[in-house]
Amino acid sequence: MSDPLDELKSRALAEIEAAADARALEQLRVDLLGKKGRVTELLKSLGGMAPDERKAYGERVNRVKEAVAAALEARTQTLAVAAMAQQLAAEAIDVTLPGRGEIPGGLHPVTRTIQRIERLFGELGFATVEGPEIEDDFHNFGALNIPELHPARGMHDTFYVKNGGMVLRTHTSPVQIRTMEALKAAGREPPIRIVCPGRVYRSDSDRTHSPMFHQVEGLYVGENVSFADLQYDLKSFLSRFFEREVEVRFRPSYFPFTEPSSEVDIKDEKGRWLEVLGCGMVHPKVFEAVGIDPERFTGYAFGLGVERFAMLRYGVDDLRDFFNNDLRFLEQFR
Amino acid sequence: MKLSYNWLREWVNPGVTAAELTTRITLAGLESDAEPMTGEIPTGVVVGRILKAERHPQADRLQVCEVDAGTGTPLQIVCGAANARAGLNVPCAKVGARLPGGLEIGQAKLRGVESFGMLCSAKELGLSEKSEGLLELDDAATPGTPIEQYLSFADDILNLELTPNRGDCLSVLGLAREVGALYGLPIKRPNIPNAVVEGHAQYKVEIEDLEACPSYAGRVISGLNAKARTPDWMRERLRRSNIRSIHPVVDITNYVLLELGQPMHAFDCDKLCGTVRVRKARAGETLALLNEQTLTLDHGELLIADDSGPLALAGVMGGAASGVGSGTTRIFFESACFAPHAVALTGRRHKLHSDALYRYERGVDPGLQRQALERATQLVLQICGGQVHPVTQAGRTQPEAVSVRLRHARLKQLLGIDIPAKEIEALLSRLGLTLRHEVNNSWLARIPSHRYDLRIEHDLIEEVARLYGYDRIMAKPYAAQLAPTRPAESQRPLARIKDQLVARGWQEAVTLSFVEPRVQAALTPDVIGIPLDNPIAETLAVMRTTLWSGLLGAWLHNHQRQQKRVRLFESGVCFTERDGRIVETARIGGLAAGSARPEQWGTASRGVDFYDVKADVAALLGAAASEYRYEAATHPALHPGRSARILRGEQAVGWIGALHPQVVAQLDLPEAPYVFELDWAAVQDVAVPKAQPLSEFPSSRRDLALVVAETVTAQQIVDVAQQAGGNMLQKVFVFDIYRGKGLGEASKSVALGLIFNDYSRTLTLEEIDAAVTAVTQAAAQKLGAAVRA
Repeated sequence: MSDPLDELKSRALAEIEAAADARALEQLRVDLLGKKGRVTELLKSLGGMAPDERKAYGERVNRVKEAVAAALEARTQTLAVAAMAQQLAAEAIDVTLPGRGEIPGGLHPVTRTIQRIERLFGELGFATVEGPEIEDDFHNFGALNIPELHPARGMHDTFYVKNGGMVLRTHTSPVQIRTMEALKAAGREPPIRIVCPGRVYRSDSDRTHSPMFHQVEGLYVGENVSFADLQYDLKSFLSRFFEREVEVRFRPSYFPFTEPSSEVDIKDEKGRWLEVLGCGMVHPKVFEAVGIDPERFTGYAFGLGVERFAMLRYGVDDLRDFFNNDLRFLEQFR
Repeated sequence: MKLSYNWLREWVNPGVTAAELTTRITLAGLESDAEPMTGEIPTGVVVGRILKAERHPQADRLQVCEVDAGTGTPLQIVCGAANARAGLNVPCAKVGARLPGGLEIGQAKLRGVESFGMLCSAKELGLSEKSEGLLELDDAATPGTPIEQYLSFADDILNLELTPNRGDCLSVLGLAREVGALYGLPIKRPNIPNAVVEGHAQYKVEIEDLEACPSYAGRVISGLNAKARTPDWMRERLRRSNIRSIHPVVDITNYVLLELGQPMHAFDCDKLCGTVRVRKARAGETLALLNEQTLTLDHGELLIADDSGPLALAGVMGGAASGVGSGTTRIFFESACFAPHAVALTGRRHKLHSDALYRYERGVDPGLQRQALERATQLVLQICGGQVHPVTQAGRTQPEAVSVRLRHARLKQLLGIDIPAKEIEALLSRLGLTLRHEVNNSWLARIPSHRYDLRIEHDLIEEVARLYGYDRIMAKPYAAQLAPTRPAESQRPLARIKDQLVARGWQEAVTLSFVEPRVQAALTPDVIGIPLDNPIAETLAVMRTTLWSGLLGAWLHNHQRQQKRVRLFESGVCFTERDGRIVETARIGGLAAGSARPEQWGTASRGVDFYDVKADVAALLGAAASEYRYEAATHPALHPGRSARILRGEQAVGWIGALHPQVVAQLDLPEAPYVFELDWAAVQDVAVPKAQPLSEFPSSRRDLALVVAETVTAQQIVDVAQQAGGNMLQKVFVFDIYRGKGLGEASKSVALGLIFNDYSRTLTLEEIDAAVTAVTQAAAQKLGAAVRA
């Protein structure tokens, strides 16, 4: 004949184990340990027992109570874990589906190249300055020592507006002139360190010529600015821009607004020399045109073709790609 | 300019290959390259003399020739060339010869007649692209001489693309001087004695303006052999410079041009009348040129004229009537110096190009005329014979001496390196400059007449640097004189705004600044466009007045390539005219077409609408977005019900909206895109933030649904609420619009969220209720709004 206490215990534990959910478990807790619970009732019956019997029986009841409580707790945990697992399983999603919303666009490679050039010169203290795109003859040619009948004008296939009264600037060099004029007008003196990015225009159109393209002009005027400074600044710029030690060659050339003048070639990976920019020491006639004393100040200037740099940097073969704005091209520069 | 390297080597021989030479001179500023005269040198081709030429018995077009090819017995060769005739020397490819292109000559039978070789044209020898008939050689050529030796096939062609300042190098003489200076070699000039004058015929020469024509030398040569032929050696040299042989006298002028750099002209004396004058054209005078063009001269062009009128465009091109021809026996040679300014404009105005103009524009050595005249005389006597008459010299006989000062310290300042005085002197003297020491470590340099490009100190410094070698000027690390700016924080950098648009899915475009007038007229009919005087195409004929012109094109380009969803923006300058002045306005604009979102799962697809674009515009306006108003207004290119003028305070700063259906139809667009455009200067600045203390008291929200007529705008409701709500109404926003059941026709319910807050205390319910009441009352009064039940 089994002991009723043991029987209660084993039945209670079995019931707890069988409880399917938190509510059933709570019901059991009340049924067993509540004020009128089966275990509680047993404790109440202790009152009518002899003292030594009571003590022994009381201890046994307490152990049952503890075992039941522990079983309840354990079952609660188990159920909670199961419930969580079920919830998680139910909430699972396909994480390989793409995210929703907008896909970012991108900057045009010309902008990207200009920004990079501005930044590299910005670190050297060159400020960015812009100027008008429709220029007068003086700023585009005259002040740059390109008089009307100079053969160099033939090399600038110029677009005219207003019956020849104005020109679409053929280079960004007029911004040099405007900057020096403004400095003079403000009663200040060099140093000047500027880069001038922008659109320029030449009436020429084929695979390698666009009637509109971009240049960045650079100008550094100060005391004792020399050709050696120019070489260092441009060599270091080129290596920084292309992120490799670029082999650079300075080749004598001619621009009416600089003297000495130089073309700058870099050696590409195949060992070919590529012309990438033109530069030189500011011609004294340019200083005279803007009222800066060419004896006291010297300066260097350079001009580079942005598309040329973008083509070399990003491996673009056809200049026209820059202006067709085909998304399949542009999206490669995100 | 193309030039035979062999020719140059007769003057100065640096003993290097043509490729080495061109690399060296390129690095000295004479951009050049070289290529072999011919790709393949023929073998087994010799000078052959046609002894007999008879008609082929079976073929009208063929001749059976007997040819002395130096082989002892004459060869029988069948030939189809019309100019094959007895006595003629021609290239003869013997059996076994190999011609460029791989043709091997074998023994053949042509229409039953044996042929032991082939008589060749210039093309067959690889000397020209096309040719007519056999290449005729000098009578003096010796049969049997290998052709590659006779015509010196082993040659390279130097191709020089010189900068405009180095006109002095546009000749064998000039190039030889430069090569001599670079390699430290003396140059060998041909001996040019003054011709022995036998006759006394002379034309009087008058120069109207010595500035335009500082010197003019002329001479008559009579008794020329009209049958003379330009010798092969000269033809070949001219051909290697891409100059066709025309007439012995013309060839000689071209030869002297190439050799010495002096353009010359020859007149037929039979067509000259009276005094030769160098003068400006009188309005209305006409002149038929050698290129068969007839010009009307209305701009005072510099002319060579005689008593009967214009003869030639000075320094540009001769006249058709006065030039030498096949019967000419008496010529008047002109060897003149014209100033660049006197000829350049004529060439440009009449769009004329010539070798003479190319050189005069760049400058011609003012000390060269007499020497060139003697050289031409020498060659005429050699080739055509004749009797020499005295030289007529007008203008200056000697060019003015020019000296330029050079300071050692200035050279050091400009180049950044210290080149020793001895070296400077050595380098400059190689260029033919004579240096005299002056005080304070300076020199006075006497400039030879051919270096008319050296006029100031900088010119000399450049010459020193060039000869010294740019690569030997050591780069000097930064010793910056900085010019720091003080950037205004309120001026937002354009780059940042672009990044914002990019993050919101916009792709930047760069379109041409000149656009199609038709498109632009549809977009901005009331803005004055600036047309180009000389556009490259009709579709690129006017400067853009709006960025939309270019963006439309970029959109269509993509639309035609199955890219239907397009969000393109561009920043750049637009152009117009105001009060006769050109105004450039920097703008930022965009175009959106196709679906609102990229095609994706879980999101209903819909077309882009006004509010999608408006949100992006607001994002680019940044922290100042609340300063802007959108006002219904009429723009000729925009849908009147779906567009707005954007104002900042009272200043109109831009537009946003859908393209007008009429414009869509007119331009045949596939759909109506949404566009926006803002004046960059007007929206660039945003006030530098001024921090406000944070309220420690809770805020309260009340929602209010107001029923209003359709015509009442959200902006009106928000403005009224803001005004009526007082200071404690911190924020008002629309969170829903409802139309339909329960509302009357043409009305809508606008749900407002009202946020109340105070910095100093918790607001009481009564205060808030009172404020809400004030809002509803004001809305009722001013907008006829009713609170939605």
